[in-house]
Amino acid sequence: MSKKRWVQGLVLVVLLVLGVFAYQTRQVSHAGESITAVGSTALQPLVEAAGEQYTGEHLGTFVNVQGGGTGTGLSQIQEGAVQIGNSDLFAAEQKGIRSTELVDHRVAVVGITPIVNKKVGVKNLSTKQLIGVFTGKITNWQQVGGANLPVVLINRAQGSGTRATFEQFGLNKSRSKTAQEQDSSGMVRSIVATTPGAISYVAFSYVDKTVQELDLNHVAPTEVNVTTNKWRIWSYEHLYTKGQPTGLTKNFITYVQSPAVQKTLVRQLGYLSPDQMQVERNAQGHVKQLGGTK
Amino acid sequence: MKATQQLEQQLKRRSKAAKLEIWGRVVSFSALLLIVAVVVAIIGFVASKGIATFTSNHVNLWDFLTGKQWNPNITDANGKPEVGALPMIVGSFLITILSALVATPFAIGTAVFMNEISPNKGAKILQPVTELLVGIPSVVYGFIGLSVVVPVTRAIFGGSGFGILSGTCVLFVMILPTVTSMSADALKSVPRYYREASLALGATQWQTIYKVVLRAATPGLMTAVVFGMARAFGEALAVQMVIGNAALMPNSLVSPSSTLTSVLTTGIGNTVMGSLQNNALWSLALVLLLMSLIFNLIIRLIGRKGRLQ
Amino acid sequence: MTSKKQNQLAIGALYGIAGLVVLILLALLGYILVSGMPKLSWHFLTSPAKAFLSGGGVGIQLFNSFYLLILAMLISFPIALGAAIYLYEYAKDNWVTATIRTAIEILSSLPSVVVGLFGFLFFVVKLRLGFSILSGAFALTFFNLPLLTRSIEDSLRTISDVQREGGLALGLSRWETVTRVILPAAVPSILTGVILSAGRVFGEAAALIYTAGQSAPALNFADWNPFNISSPLNPMRPAETLAVHIWKINSEGIMPDAKAISSGSSAVLVLAILLFNFAARYLGKRLYKRLTSA
Repeated sequence: MSKKRWVQGLVLVVLLVLGVFAYQTRQVSHAGESITAVGSTALQPLVEAAGEQYTGEHLGTFVNVQGGGTGTGLSQIQEGAVQIGNSDLFAAEQKGIRSTELVDHRVAVVGITPIVNKKVGVKNLSTKQLIGVFTGKITNWQQVGGANLPVVLINRAQGSGTRATFEQFGLNKSRSKTAQEQDSSGMVRSIVATTPGAISYVAFSYVDKTVQELDLNHVAPTEVNVTTNKWRIWSYEHLYTKGQPTGLTKNFITYVQSPAVQKTLVRQLGYLSPDQMQVERNAQGHVKQLGGTK
Repeated sequence: MKATQQLEQQLKRRSKAAKLEIWGRVVSFSALLLIVAVVVAIIGFVASKGIATFTSNHVNLWDFLTGKQWNPNITDANGKPEVGALPMIVGSFLITILSALVATPFAIGTAVFMNEISPNKGAKILQPVTELLVGIPSVVYGFIGLSVVVPVTRAIFGGSGFGILSGTCVLFVMILPTVTSMSADALKSVPRYYREASLALGATQWQTIYKVVLRAATPGLMTAVVFGMARAFGEALAVQMVIGNAALMPNSLVSPSSTLTSVLTTGIGNTVMGSLQNNALWSLALVLLLMSLIFNLIIRLIGRKGRLQ
Repeated sequence: MTSKKQNQLAIGALYGIAGLVVLILLALLGYILVSGMPKLSWHFLTSPAKAFLSGGGVGIQLFNSFYLLILAMLISFPIALGAAIYLYEYAKDNWVTATIRTAIEILSSLPSVVVGLFGFLFFVVKLRLGFSILSGAFALTFFNLPLLTRSIEDSLRTISDVQREGGLALGLSRWETVTRVILPAAVPSILTGVILSAGRVFGEAAALIYTAGQSAPALNFADWNPFNISSPLNPMRPAETLAVHIWKINSEGIMPDAKAISSGSSAVLVLAILLFNFAARYLGKRLYKRLTSA
């Protein structure tokens, strides 16, 4: 019994010594130098990759990037629980957010295109036809010159940035009828690829050979057309901060907006850089020509 | 005098064992209290958030339970938000009941086989396999559902393949091991002499199983089924991947529909805390919670009935 | 005559059902393993994941899963053990006990999403633990407690009352009887229960998405000082587990080999659980032999 006690005591002391030793030898420079970015799952890979590069170049810093959705990102930044809120939407567009307290940093532009299953046999739609399809007035692809297949609508979840952008600029603010909803772009693409008659919409970077992208009023969904706003379905990706950023937050955001990220990572991940844009758009959807500098 | 007092004190003092006893009682009781506190905290939390839809957003409870339109972003003609949860409630119940209906015969049949017909093979093959399957993560079930069940459903019934039928298939396989192993436990608890008496009366094995063993084990079997239903009702990720998540009243088994959990997981990240949209989702969570409460009460009731007999 | 035929028919049918169930279950396992096996390699099991390029592995996720599991078990096992002892050995059979039991059952049938969200708002936001292993371990504890309590209680139930009476008759107090007589006898079945519940915790995703987080920052496996941010042992770092990883790449994965990675990860997960099961069986049997023959 007493021997057992003795061993227990020894183990405890050793653990304690180890703990103190570990605490003493911790890398002091790391302490306190970490920020958290939460929000949009679509934006997560970009911020994560940029964060890894940044921490690789600036030893002693740590950028913690989490998903959770645009709504989570905006509510957490509003609460001040995190340093950066990643969002697919303007804060003003999200209900329940006091957008005046938040500062917007645009880090990328994403183009969104309707996609259909290859068997549909349609390559172009007019805006009116597109609205007809999504509001349920057009129920068979024959009505718009395609194959004899029923229309199968696939939506993104309510409140998702992609859906909000698509409904605002693709459907001219008409509301899509209630249909299947999917949580993510990858899922949407694989469903459209395998379901005859399916139509949905994804960011340019998700388009691949398995699905057919659609021209809209004979304008092709290309990056060049996005930069001139000829292709209207696009949106910014935002990093929001509460008030003006300071310290590491500020440095990191500056880094993401710098050419080092904008010309490499942003492009690699299939986004456009805001620097490439010839127009600017505000939260109300008003478009302004940027003074012909490029 | 002093000596006797001392002795008295010594005798009256708690022994080491008694102290240990009290200590043990306190420690184990506080562990239990902790669990209860956790349960109360979670229930209180979900309830306070879920009730906010009705108290601070002034949604009519009846409208919530019977409305068929789920568009929390949009207000209807009367300026009231469209938060009708009926499609989800119906979807959840339908999928739960269907998968239990399909799983029950299989589960009980397998349990009977394991216990009554071939205990040897049961212990060697069936039990390890079912126990293993209890542990397979729901994400994996969802993943298989997506890559196998949905395409097959689509090939046979057309449409997109997403819907209650696919969900039922996935849930059926998911709850099968749970229900099977619980049923087997129930059968095991039927005393041996019941069987011997029946066989001695000249009953065949099947008659013994059907008329004696199953009857005696009925409460346990029902508990197993209800437990499986509770699990099906609360399952989120696997169902969400195959049901299609359309907040529509299910008009056929192969049309996309939704369950409480699928709408909850899909939507929660896209809403802002404290907003109506967010509260409405928490109300769905509250409905889920109440349902699991009801399932538990049913299990308890069955258990009590079983004990009385 | 008819009853004999009925008997044969029914028993044949039962054979059929049992066979079918085994077939379904084996097909399921086979499918997971066969589709995942080609991906399995030492490289896959040890290298970190890649955000948008192919060739990533699941090394960090695998480590995180185990670490999180161990932490969660360390927290939940003592609590569950205490609660189970009280419930089975001390509690009187009255309405209070019944209510407590119901409460525990409710906790066990609670959807894990709800547990995850509660964990998010409470641990991550309110207690400011952030997206961390610790938050995840607490959330898993919530999830695990009812299962573990119930299984330990069942283990205690299998010990016959004769043992209890024996202990008490020898003049031991109740607590001494439990710790010296009952628990040693129940160890094998408690262990089995613990390992089986470990399997369920290992595969849990929904409760972790919002608590332990969805990102797996690079780790420095040479640094085992738990106070350093890149140390694998640091409990305050975000940690995506294998199950969460499967969920994430199925929904937002943009790496070209997302499908292969998710099948590979599923196979790893299932293999790990297989291992848990065999370990549970083997250890349980050995301990039983040892403790009963001694």
